Amino acid sequence: MSLLETASAGGLFLYAPLIIALPILGLLVNILFGRRLGERFVSLVASSAVGFAFLVAVLQFLALQGHPEGTTIHVADWITITTLNVPWALKIDTLSATMMLMVTGVSTLIHIYAIGYMHEDVRFQGDPGRYPRFFIFFNLFVAAMMILVSADNYLMMFVGWEGVGLCSYLLIGFWYEKGKDGIGNAIAGKKAFITNRIGDFGFLIAMFLIFGAVGSLQFEQVFHWAETNGMANAGIVTAITLFMLLGATGKSAQLPLYVWLPDAMAGPTPVSALIHAATMVTAGIYMIARSAPLFAVAETSAHVAALIGAATALFAATIAVGQFDIKRVLAYSTISQLGFMMAAVGIGAYVAGMFHLVTHAFFKALLFLSSGSVIQGIEHGHHDLEGHNAGEHGEEFDPQDMRNMGGLRSRMPITFWVYLIGALALSGLPPLAGFFSKDEILADASMENLAVYVMLAAAAFLTAFYMGRQILMVFFGKSRSEAAAHARENPPVMTIPLMILAGLAVVGGGLNLPGLHSLTTWLEHTIAHVHATDFNVQVALTSVALALLAIAAAWLLYGRKTLTKGDRDPLRGILGPIFIGMENKWWVDELYEVLFIRTYVHLAHFLAETLDWRFWHDWFHDRVLGAFYRNGTRWLAGSFDLGVIDAFANGLGTITGMAAAGLRKLQTGFVRTYALAVFVGVVLVLAYFIFV
Amino acid sequence: MNVPTSYIIALSGVLFSLGILGVLIRRNTIVIFMSIELMLNSANLAFIAFARMMAPAAEALRGQVIVFFIIAVAAAEVAVGLALIVAIFRNKETVNIDEVNSLQG
Amino acid sequence: MTTDLALFLGIAAISILTAVSMLLSRDTIYSALFLVLNFLAVATLYLLLNAAFIAMVQVTVYAGAIMVLFLFVIMLLGTSHDTLGGPYRWQLPVAIILGLGLITELAVTLMARGESISNNAASVSEAFGSPASVGKLLFSEYLVPFEVTSVLLLVAMVGAVILTRRGKQEGL
Repeated sequence: MSLLETASAGGLFLYAPLIIALPILGLLVNILFGRRLGERFVSLVASSAVGFAFLVAVLQFLALQGHPEGTTIHVADWITITTLNVPWALKIDTLSATMMLMVTGVSTLIHIYAIGYMHEDVRFQGDPGRYPRFFIFFNLFVAAMMILVSADNYLMMFVGWEGVGLCSYLLIGFWYEKGKDGIGNAIAGKKAFITNRIGDFGFLIAMFLIFGAVGSLQFEQVFHWAETNGMANAGIVTAITLFMLLGATGKSAQLPLYVWLPDAMAGPTPVSALIHAATMVTAGIYMIARSAPLFAVAETSAHVAALIGAATALFAATIAVGQFDIKRVLAYSTISQLGFMMAAVGIGAYVAGMFHLVTHAFFKALLFLSSGSVIQGIEHGHHDLEGHNAGEHGEEFDPQDMRNMGGLRSRMPITFWVYLIGALALSGLPPLAGFFSKDEILADASMENLAVYVMLAAAAFLTAFYMGRQILMVFFGKSRSEAAAHARENPPVMTIPLMILAGLAVVGGGLNLPGLHSLTTWLEHTIAHVHATDFNVQVALTSVALALLAIAAAWLLYGRKTLTKGDRDPLRGILGPIFIGMENKWWVDELYEVLFIRTYVHLAHFLAETLDWRFWHDWFHDRVLGAFYRNGTRWLAGSFDLGVIDAFANGLGTITGMAAAGLRKLQTGFVRTYALAVFVGVVLVLAYFIFV
Repeated sequence: MNVPTSYIIALSGVLFSLGILGVLIRRNTIVIFMSIELMLNSANLAFIAFARMMAPAAEALRGQVIVFFIIAVAAAEVAVGLALIVAIFRNKETVNIDEVNSLQG
Repeated sequence: MTTDLALFLGIAAISILTAVSMLLSRDTIYSALFLVLNFLAVATLYLLLNAAFIAMVQVTVYAGAIMVLFLFVIMLLGTSHDTLGGPYRWQLPVAIILGLGLITELAVTLMARGESISNNAASVSEAFGSPASVGKLLFSEYLVPFEVTSVLLLVAMVGAVILTRRGKQEGL
């Protein structure tokens, strides 16, 4: 039987659980044997685990060709308590297959890249023992993400949700003793975890409300309920969706919970590429896309989502303009693009949102990995100059600062070209992928919500501008530092995935070309309310014009007279205080610190120090319980044991002694006394016999 | 003899009491021993009286037989007892029973 | 008062008197001699009670052998004098009272049940109490006790020899 025939028979669906099982198997093998068997083994196992998971995703895709309505694979029963029935079940349909393909595909490429990157990196940081740990966490992440996208019910999705949050924490703080003051990376990880937790709280409340209203957590039943009873209980549905939105803002870094993502750049570059650009952060978008029936009922929440997304897009784009760290720019760019996606699903353009999600994964991952390549090249140059003293740089020399770069076009050509492709794709220039996806969002927005459209268009302008600025600062002009002057290109194990991703960024637009609408028809089987957007020439031309305008402005400022070492950023002169605001990310972190964090930390200190340690431990335990116990035992051992019990025991002896002393007097030694005693007895006995 | 047996028994009883009194009152070991013989003798008298009372029955003579044995045993006992007294006399130079009190507790 | 009764009373008086004298006399030899007299009186009483053989045995063994042995030891040890008294003087009145108590008990018993043993009138043959009849009983029914008694006498002899043996260092 050919593959397609088997697919149409539905048998391939049964391979679906492998998509979770393979990464888990990979990580277990690495845990048990990784350290002993060395780098090549670890990287091979991890990459092939994810690679085979990608193949399984392809099989699911093929299976869905024959059965587009999808299926549910029941793996095991999990919770069955009276009315609550939550199984481990995989829902394979077009939406989840899209996510599966994208995640496993991009993960495989990034795994291969990471082989080379981590190999160099652990040597620079001076700790080769960490190599297996990285790949274990990476595989764990892929497994958790697969659980998330293939879940059949909200609780299983939550398990995956939490799992990716955990892996994000583990990987951000991968070099846990490095960073500001020796603890900065760990603090960044903690920030990510806690901020996500606030979002998770929203998700949990939403689940409780769903269970209360519907009685089940499985998608099928919830959506069925939404379609039949939704309008009648609009209040509850609005509450549910708003809380879900809170969860999404946490995970997908929207206002106001985006603050963790820029700090998350403290992790290794592959982590930033995979988790914080392509996959984990898209989980919120996926959740909202999946819950489309609920949002269809609660229109208020949808509007709120759209507004939040648009506002975030604009806000983050402004910050990105003022950043000097190469990865920070990309981080804020990610937040901004996520805002685009959130706005898209908010206005009901689910296909556009998913389309942008996939293309964004391609070019953002590409950009992050390329930036990693750049940083690596700079570090090589730095080391070639200084000789091999690992771990020393970072204090005086920041290899990620764009002001230390420049002129890398000639020194790292491959990196330059792929970076350029990524940047152009992000800016939305045709015929690259970003144009088609972003344009579809803008087209939908222009028809649904004008405010959203204006904000998104402004964000698109700024996007093109800051990417232009970045390219010009990094690759053009003359090197602004010795290290940049000596930078060299990276080995193929790193550059080949870059090239593959660049290819995808170029052709990715083909997923949903206007006219063909392949993705629309594909997703139609799962999401009920999709509609094919007609190609809006006006919007398209406007967005291209905006992008070109922005690039021209960037060239004017940064390209005509390229910056030399020590120059001020020209934008500082033009915008003045606005630029300072941009550079300092509008002081949002500081605001949170004052409003919430300080109070909380004080409270935590109070509880830990005063309440727990001084009161409970010192006073209560030592004085009350301890003293009671000590005095008690002292009394028992002393007064009671010696006084009473010993007295009793000794008393018995004394009494025996006294009795013996008394009775001893009978033994007079006088025979006559004995005889008298006998005689007394005789008389008495006789008297008894006679008279009684 | 045509005397009521109870009279003889009374005599036996009196002699017995006198024997006990002798054991209790006198301090000379030998005299105490003699009092013991007196007691034995009174018991013999009782046996003989009863033997006479039950005559001519076949078992009547058993009273006299047992007296025979008692006398034999008394003889043996006297021999040993006096040997003891001699041995004690050698150690303690006295037959005053009050002075033989080494077992005093 | 029949002759029997008078006779009996006389012998009884003698035996009681001698017994009391034995108790009270200071000289040990006098005590022994009084006891001999007592035994002789009792032997006479045996004769009157048709126990001829036993009476002779009493005279021969008791008065003749045992009392002689007593006299030997008394003279050997030279302990002629004795006094009453000593420590525990309170024991003397107690003993007398108890003695009187015992006699009272006996009297009470005899008076209460004395009738059943009052009859003493049956006549007996001359053979009753003769050595022949006692001997016949002794060697048939009571043979084993008889032989055992002989062993007993042997044991007593051996015991007496051992008890009075001096230690090795003093010689024999």
